[in-house]
Amino acid sequence: MTALPSAETSGLEIAILDYGMGNLRSVEKALEHVGVQAPIVSDAEAAHAADGLILPGVGAFPEAMRRIREARYDELIPEFLASGKPVLGICLGMQVLFESSSEHEGAWGLGLLQGRVESLDAGDLKVPQLGWNEVRWTRSSPLTEGLPNPSYFYFANSFSARVVNRDDLLGESDYGAPFTAVVEKAPLYGAQFHPEKSSTHGLRMLANFAKICVDVKAAALSK
Amino acid sequence: MPPLKRIIPCLDVDNGRVVKGTNFVDLRDAGDPVELAERYDEEGADEVVFLDITATSDDRDTIVELARRAADNVFIPFTIGGGIRSVEDAQAVLDAGADKVAINSSAVKRPGLIGEMAEVFGSQCVVLAIDAKHTSDTARGRSGWEVFTAGGRIETGLDAVAWAIEGVERGAGEILLTSMDRDGTKDGYDIELTRTVADAVSVPVIASGGAGTLDDLVAGVADAHADAVLVASLFHFGEYTVSQAKHAMQDAGINVRMVESEHVAS
Repeated sequence: MTALPSAETSGLEIAILDYGMGNLRSVEKALEHVGVQAPIVSDAEAAHAADGLILPGVGAFPEAMRRIREARYDELIPEFLASGKPVLGICLGMQVLFESSSEHEGAWGLGLLQGRVESLDAGDLKVPQLGWNEVRWTRSSPLTEGLPNPSYFYFANSFSARVVNRDDLLGESDYGAPFTAVVEKAPLYGAQFHPEKSSTHGLRMLANFAKICVDVKAAALSK
Repeated sequence: MPPLKRIIPCLDVDNGRVVKGTNFVDLRDAGDPVELAERYDEEGADEVVFLDITATSDDRDTIVELARRAADNVFIPFTIGGGIRSVEDAQAVLDAGADKVAINSSAVKRPGLIGEMAEVFGSQCVVLAIDAKHTSDTARGRSGWEVFTAGGRIETGLDAVAWAIEGVERGAGEILLTSMDRDGTKDGYDIELTRTVADAVSVPVIASGGAGTLDDLVAGVADAHADAVLVASLFHFGEYTVSQAKHAMQDAGINVRMVESEHVAS
């Protein structure tokens, strides 16, 4: 299956940020499968030492944000991005990148992307959406390099982000109505689905994210 | 777009090896479960189910180890069943990398377990597995199918359709419905049983037991209203590939995830 040539990723480290929400081990193993060392970290120092950051997440938005603030990741993530290094949010980890969510009692997000997170506009379809769905790319990006249009990914979500800036949208899907599947505001990325559970397409996306981290690292070193 | 219909290879595991029997006995060795699951992932399987069929009280470690090995190598969602008796058992398997847990006998013994698990992990993690057998008892509103447990050895007296409805009310997010009359026979899914349950509950139903041809898989979705079809020996012994099954579904007008015929975007 998809793997980067080991020379490209040797020494590369993408940290998986642990805040007690979600299946970190699957993300770790999927990254290892594409040839990337992916330590699960929970302190700022270890995170800053990495070349890229993944923010996973399964569960409810308000609880996730409470834990993110408690761990001071609301400071860490913007600092990491400000240093030019890439961040990828997965599922709930993508939703918290936005300004706010209406889930449960509602909560403020990290505000790194403009927009609100709202219930899926699913019509008669069952919520949560659980299963594979097609994603159409709205433009080209290093994150989607080599992926067919559309591609299939595995989703498990009841909510989705309503982007304000159409420029931030990279992939769209349909579940009763169109919804945001992938966002890109380089070096910030987000996927509503689970790439670690999405077979070849998902692994390819993770490998592409690793390649973005490699390129950012190389550019920083050559300065 | 309505959800895609799924094809799910099922790996019955005994002492770490895949086995597949006829009517739950007469087992043949069919290989390493994780290697097989990897192959099915490459062929386009949508999910994989691992069922530890000889689960005893002290082999929770065995299923956790299986979940860990699967998570190391298989990058599609997978379900683990067999020997899960508590929230703690389920937690260990989910932490190891499983996406869902299937419960069967333990839920019959203590129905409250379904709700406890749904509360902690969410309904989407909880699969209620039901082994149903046809009975002549259709009196007093009974459906004519009864629930059996312990691999078909114990008659529970529960009505299969009523149990499915109760399971969903208690928080099961999916029903894995096996016809014990059909299991291993290759005579096709029990269409009537599957349709009765699928039409009675609001969650996805996985048809299981008896698939012998690709037409049976199509019928499981088209006639029996299942959201997914579980397949074991049809794939394990190389009669058909997952890809061939996907094509048969597509040719019948069923919406599935196709993994070939991809034109890579430039």
